[in-house]
Amino acid sequence: MQFAIQIQQVHKRFGSVQALDGVSLQIEHGEFFGLLGPNGAGKTTLISILAGLARADAGSLTVMGFDVVRDYRRARRSLGVVPQELVFDPFFTVRETLRIQSGYFGLRDNEEWIDEIISRLDLADKADANMRQLSGGMKRRVLVAQALVHRPPVIILDEPTAGVDVELRQGLWRFVRELNRAGHTIVLTTHYLEEAEALCGRIAMLKQGRIVALDTTRNLLRGVSGIHVQLRLAPDRVPAALSARVVGQEGASRIFALDRYAQIEHVLAQLRAEGVEVQEMEVLQADLEDVFVQMMRRG
Amino acid sequence: MESGFRTLLHKELLRFWKVSFQTLAAPVLSALLYLLIFAQVLESRVQVYPGVGYTVFLVPGLAMMSLLQNAFANSSSSLIQSKITGNIIFVLLTPLSPLEIFLAYVAAAAVRGVLVGTAVLVAAGCFAHVSVGHPLWAFTFALLGGCILGALGIVAAIWADKFDQLATFQNFLIVPLTFLAGVFYSVHSLPVFWQRASHLNPFFYMVDGFRYGFFGRSDVAPLVSLAVVIGFLLALSGIALGLLRSGYKLRH
Repeated sequence: MQFAIQIQQVHKRFGSVQALDGVSLQIEHGEFFGLLGPNGAGKTTLISILAGLARADAGSLTVMGFDVVRDYRRARRSLGVVPQELVFDPFFTVRETLRIQSGYFGLRDNEEWIDEIISRLDLADKADANMRQLSGGMKRRVLVAQALVHRPPVIILDEPTAGVDVELRQGLWRFVRELNRAGHTIVLTTHYLEEAEALCGRIAMLKQGRIVALDTTRNLLRGVSGIHVQLRLAPDRVPAALSARVVGQEGASRIFALDRYAQIEHVLAQLRAEGVEVQEMEVLQADLEDVFVQMMRRG
Repeated sequence: MESGFRTLLHKELLRFWKVSFQTLAAPVLSALLYLLIFAQVLESRVQVYPGVGYTVFLVPGLAMMSLLQNAFANSSSSLIQSKITGNIIFVLLTPLSPLEIFLAYVAAAAVRGVLVGTAVLVAAGCFAHVSVGHPLWAFTFALLGGCILGALGIVAAIWADKFDQLATFQNFLIVPLTFLAGVFYSVHSLPVFWQRASHLNPFFYMVDGFRYGFFGRSDVAPLVSLAVVIGFLLALSGIALGLLRSGYKLRH
């Protein structure tokens, strides 16, 4: 069976640092896949190897069934990469940049698609402006456009919303969701875990070059042990018997960590016994950040 | 599906054309200044070839020097800027092969070099009448010289990590080799030791062969110069292609 991306036992070392240590995973066609991990976990190294910007020391990688080394031409034609850094060529306009990028992939008459991408990414007003004149957000949009000019079936976005305002971020995600619905496989790396939770159907978490979690987002969230309960107390006083359970504060409320729902009754009973009234209560759902923190501690 | 070679070549040509005042006009002015100063000082004192005035003798050498330096500048500056700013990834992410990348950068460098050299010849025509006795020889050495320096520019830009490292390469290698290639003098007028030393300079054969295309005279037989130049081009091309294939300092 051909996967959109297949990575098998990939190793990569930079000097004394083992950036990737036997990473294996498969991404199916049409998935919206998240690749998470702290800085230095190996996410960008893995993307770089897929894209041909780096070479693995061992292992194999394919994009749409094409080996990224032995069949690099077809692998790269199948892949669009939105890099993390805001890089651009200062000699050219937006439209020239997209024409050139199209030409690198052997596409001569691509004006119609270029016009559509420019329109969809709200770049029409700046299409004939030099790249130097664009704001950071617009340059980011041009990077997305460059990754799409050759209509690749697989698109990788490396922290595309870092430093981007809310409006642009939401616009980008609407656009990327549409691409995914149209059948493109999307691989996303991000530090905004709420984005990964909202967008990705399946997630891999990397730590120190190894995969420490690989599952659907739903299963990862279900697997988080324990619950958090947020209580606003009057007076704002935590009995000594419960102080070890306090893990944080949100405004005037205290956050308690419990192993299971049944322990809520025990906490309320303790508070009643000490004459502390519960004025507000909220059971907090586990989010991807909780999963991430747990995995990083455990892995 | 078509190759991206044509696009990369077009982009490299467009890149220097967009700033043609700097890339084409400025080198012509520099060459004319050399011509005016040296011709003023030496015209009445030096005759390198019988019947050929010094100013006339100087013109092809200056044209070739400008050609070589600008061919080097084109490929080296483009690549080093792309590396340092990071936009080299837009080329590295594509299906372009190392050979296609090499040919595009070298071809663009040769075009710029030949354009500058031609512009110098045309501008110098206002000061001295220079006829091209053997145009095919002149064009052959011009083209080969442009390709050689284009390839050398690729090697230098891949090796350099910073602009000043490239400037070091240019100032301590390219400029001395072009100045000492017989641009301002004929090698046969040097002491024997320095004549032999000049024969170790590959740039000498490019200048000497190019000048043969004008005057039908040279310090070395044109076929020998041609063999040396072609050999140098093949060796440099092998090095440049090897660096591109290995991804040295371009791909981790």
